[in-house]
Amino acid sequence: MTVAKPQVTINDEYEKLYGFHVPEHSVFKAEAGLDEQKVRQISGMKGEPAWMLDLRLKGYRAFLAKPMPVWANTALLNSIKFADIYYYLKPTEKPGASWDEVPAEIKETFDRLGIPEAERKFLAGVSAQYESESVYHSMREDLQKQGVIFLDMDTGLKEHPEIIKRYFGTVIPPADNKFAALNTATWSGGSFIYVPKGVKVSMPLQAYFRINAKNMGQFERTLIIADEGSEVTYFEGCTAPSYSSDSLHSAVVELIAMPHAKLRYVTIQNWSKNVYNLVTKRAIAQEGATVQWLDGNLGSKLTMKYPGVYLMGPGAHGEVLSVAFANSGQHQDAGAKMIHAAPDTSSVITSKSISKGTGRTSYRGLVKVYPGAANAKSTVRCDALLLNEESRSDTYPTMEIDEKQVHIGHEATVSKIGDEQLFYAMSRGLTEQEAMSMIVNGFIEPFVKELPLEYSVELNRLVQLEMEGAVG
Amino acid sequence: MTNPSLLIVRDLHVSVEGKAILKGVNLTVNAGEVHALMGPNGSGKSTLSFCLMGHPKYHVTSGQILYLGQDMAALPPNERAAAGIFLAFQYPTAIPGVTIANFLRAALRGVRGQDVPVKEFRQIVKANLNALGIAESFMSRYVNDGFSGGEKKRLEILQMAVLAPQLAVLDETDSGLDIDALKTVAEGINALRAPERGLLLITHYQRILNYLTPDVVHVLVNGRVARSGGPELAHELEAKGYETFRDQETVTPVAS
Repeated sequence: MTVAKPQVTINDEYEKLYGFHVPEHSVFKAEAGLDEQKVRQISGMKGEPAWMLDLRLKGYRAFLAKPMPVWANTALLNSIKFADIYYYLKPTEKPGASWDEVPAEIKETFDRLGIPEAERKFLAGVSAQYESESVYHSMREDLQKQGVIFLDMDTGLKEHPEIIKRYFGTVIPPADNKFAALNTATWSGGSFIYVPKGVKVSMPLQAYFRINAKNMGQFERTLIIADEGSEVTYFEGCTAPSYSSDSLHSAVVELIAMPHAKLRYVTIQNWSKNVYNLVTKRAIAQEGATVQWLDGNLGSKLTMKYPGVYLMGPGAHGEVLSVAFANSGQHQDAGAKMIHAAPDTSSVITSKSISKGTGRTSYRGLVKVYPGAANAKSTVRCDALLLNEESRSDTYPTMEIDEKQVHIGHEATVSKIGDEQLFYAMSRGLTEQEAMSMIVNGFIEPFVKELPLEYSVELNRLVQLEMEGAVG
Repeated sequence: MTNPSLLIVRDLHVSVEGKAILKGVNLTVNAGEVHALMGPNGSGKSTLSFCLMGHPKYHVTSGQILYLGQDMAALPPNERAAAGIFLAFQYPTAIPGVTIANFLRAALRGVRGQDVPVKEFRQIVKANLNALGIAESFMSRYVNDGFSGGEKKRLEILQMAVLAPQLAVLDETDSGLDIDALKTVAEGINALRAPERGLLLITHYQRILNYLTPDVVHVLVNGRVARSGGPELAHELEAKGYETFRDQETVTPVAS
């Protein structure tokens, strides 16, 4: 007699773990759709200085003026219904400094996502954003004493307007691209971090972004400044309920690593499969600084994300390590940009993508070396793994090298999970499902081993979930 | 005889992508015995080994594989492994990013049908590493990734030792090894000889049989066992080559 295997699909599992929603909680919700009045309203409610409103309006105009990108998945992009999106939903009056100050159903959501528990175990600071605003914020006292600033962006603007004014929009200008423009117009929440000279923050600072409402647009804005010789790791996670209608997440993240600073930005993106995730992430690395983007994309309907590092000072180093997992109905269009604008700069791009079912992954990358960036070194490696016949992967690498004395390497592979690998593992006693999961986990190992332990466990678990039902 | 034979291959016909490779193989391996299956290239040796393990590309068109009296036809490779069959591959496959430690632990769990406590797993591994003279650092390498031929074969033997199968099929485990590696591998195989265990050693050359004396030798030619005999048959092969068996095979009327 055979025992039927429990039929659990990824969607059921996502539903249970992350896809749940609680009744909407808001102290203010702007009407759906966007116009100039709404941009003014958001800025006014936040009590912002005039220069920020000007910046928002500049962003709004650029958003209207810029056409939708034509080089990407236009069918999906053109199905975004901008008029149906809620651009601003304020869930509470102000962020709580302890979880007790957070409204019960919102706190319960973050409890279910394990955030307070993670905070107790291994985090130096936590910010939790719900819809448009941060609802919880806290950082260890010793870091505060060392002068580390970790605030939600709105509070940051209130408390440190001079720093924000100086750096906001300098890495990613308002009119950089259509979605960065939209973010500039409508931004709310996100993190502002400043790490003073020489301060090394040993435990990660974490932000968690949660969308709960239907047709929500979340536009967080993050600025991280690592001053000379400082070190910091920032982690962001994100989930949303599974709704049949779409939500839009369009973040802008600007990183500035001053001379000899080390900045590491880790993302594990796990939006539900009705979220458009169109974000702009870019860093500046000054002399001898290192910026590392670790970018894991598992969720969303369409992700377009190409974290970049502008290597502006001699000896600066940039890295993008990314993993994309596209299941049926998903398109992960991810990549990296490395701009070498100084001598002796180096960059490494490692992209790993997995496509399953009808899922689609694209790697889009740019390596640019300006004249005078002598001895620039860049290594690009993209590996795509297809789990079945219908899945798809494309690679669009671009190299613009205007300097003679350089070392550039590019390697790309596309492979299917081999019958021989499966047979080998199965001959040792692994079921087909276990064998597939193991091969996939091995494939992303170069990424996972770079993650702090807690996140690598989390990532492996998420990949495991995606692998459910991989065997027909 | 009350106990069924460990392995009975009965009039096995197998085709790969429509081409008939095995054309009626008969073979019986009892517990405690070591059989050597010898044959020229293309005679179907590897096909037989893949077939015993249940490779999906190899189609049994007629005949049977009985393991401990049970027909294996419907069982996927992992269930055959759990039943106690092991295949040491001629060309082991690399699984980049997966450490030998993780792989072996998953394998042992699969074969036993339950989780193996970390401590017990470590003990089993350590004992076997010592016996095979393999450094412990080997365990943190990725499965067959960038391995030399000798390392691959050693890993096969290590897996066999850890999983402790009842029937081990070794597909040309001796090929491509220098004399030292060959000795280590042969010692590893010898260490596994046990009254309850059967070994089927598939080889092209007589060389490994200098270190391992089989109970029975079979000669596979053109998809059939052309002759079976004692250890002396291997020496005869060494002296005369496969040609004589080829002739013999062509004149022997089809038995089926």
